[in-house]
Amino acid sequence: MIRWIVLFALAFVLPAWAVEPRERLADPALEARARAIGVELRCLVCQNESIDESHAPLAHDIRVLVRERVAAGDSDAEATRAVVARYGDFVLLRPPVLPATWLLWFGPGVLLVGGLIGTAIWLRRRAPNPTTADAELSEAERQRLDRLLREDG
Amino acid sequence: MRRILSLLPILLFVALASYFAVALRPGHDPHVLPSAMLDKPMPTFDLPTLTGEGRLTPQAILGKPALLNVFASWCAPCRVEHPLLMRLARKEGIPIYGIAHKDKTADSIRFLQQLGDPYTAIGVDADGRVSLDFGVYGVPETYVLDRAGHIRKRVVGPLGAEMLEKEILPLLRALERS
Repeated sequence: MIRWIVLFALAFVLPAWAVEPRERLADPALEARARAIGVELRCLVCQNESIDESHAPLAHDIRVLVRERVAAGDSDAEATRAVVARYGDFVLLRPPVLPATWLLWFGPGVLLVGGLIGTAIWLRRRAPNPTTADAELSEAERQRLDRLLREDG
Repeated sequence: MRRILSLLPILLFVALASYFAVALRPGHDPHVLPSAMLDKPMPTFDLPTLTGEGRLTPQAILGKPALLNVFASWCAPCRVEHPLLMRLARKEGIPIYGIAHKDKTADSIRFLQQLGDPYTAIGVDADGRVSLDFGVYGVPETYVLDRAGHIRKRVVGPLGAEMLEKEILPLLRALERS
């Protein structure tokens, strides 16, 4: 019984967003856009939370800033740019593709391709030489094999 | 090919070691961000002053290299750096402008009565909006401004005596000469 109650309760669990009621915009469409922008922005004092998840006062301030911009008619990109202008690219949880971030963006792919090439070369080297593998035993070899087997037995 | 492969572990080690040498060098705090505002004009603002006389605006600060210090009475590191600000103002004659960040006016006044007032003028930023425009993410923060009001240096956290001697004063003197 307890188990069912717990399961029932868990079915209603929602992530605990940090957006406070008084921050919310009256227009649900604008609020949804502001939420979507906030999910992509790093809270600089907690650093691994988005401003949408963080209860830090700074996250609150940035949420309010984003909502002001969205309410004033800014596009999503413009609202994000307003925050980046103040805090730099580091606020973006998804870093932009720049020469400084090439290693971050393309490094894993380069490693994967490099690893595949290396493995292919290694496998190819290791593969038995088909000319020797398929060759029948020579007459001398056969006699030697027989001799060895007999000795053993 | 085989020679190159046998060198690979050494190359990897050198690459990793040089990365760690840079990223883990002493005195380097990865949490301190470079300011996005560096070498740009300070954002515009118009704040009531703590004394109630006039307003604190960028125009009021221009003309002489200056420090802009974001502080709050509730901020412990602000108390730590306060004697250094006093010294800068009294001994070196540097104009220091304060931004009282999310603080009650009465608390700010008491803070300055206790510790002394090094500020030329203080703007009251009750909701932290001006700090947000500066890209402040924790008090105290200090900005070095040149004559034209461009941000030339940003210090996150309390000022230190060594940093003051080696970086901030030389920068201010260079800005005064220019």
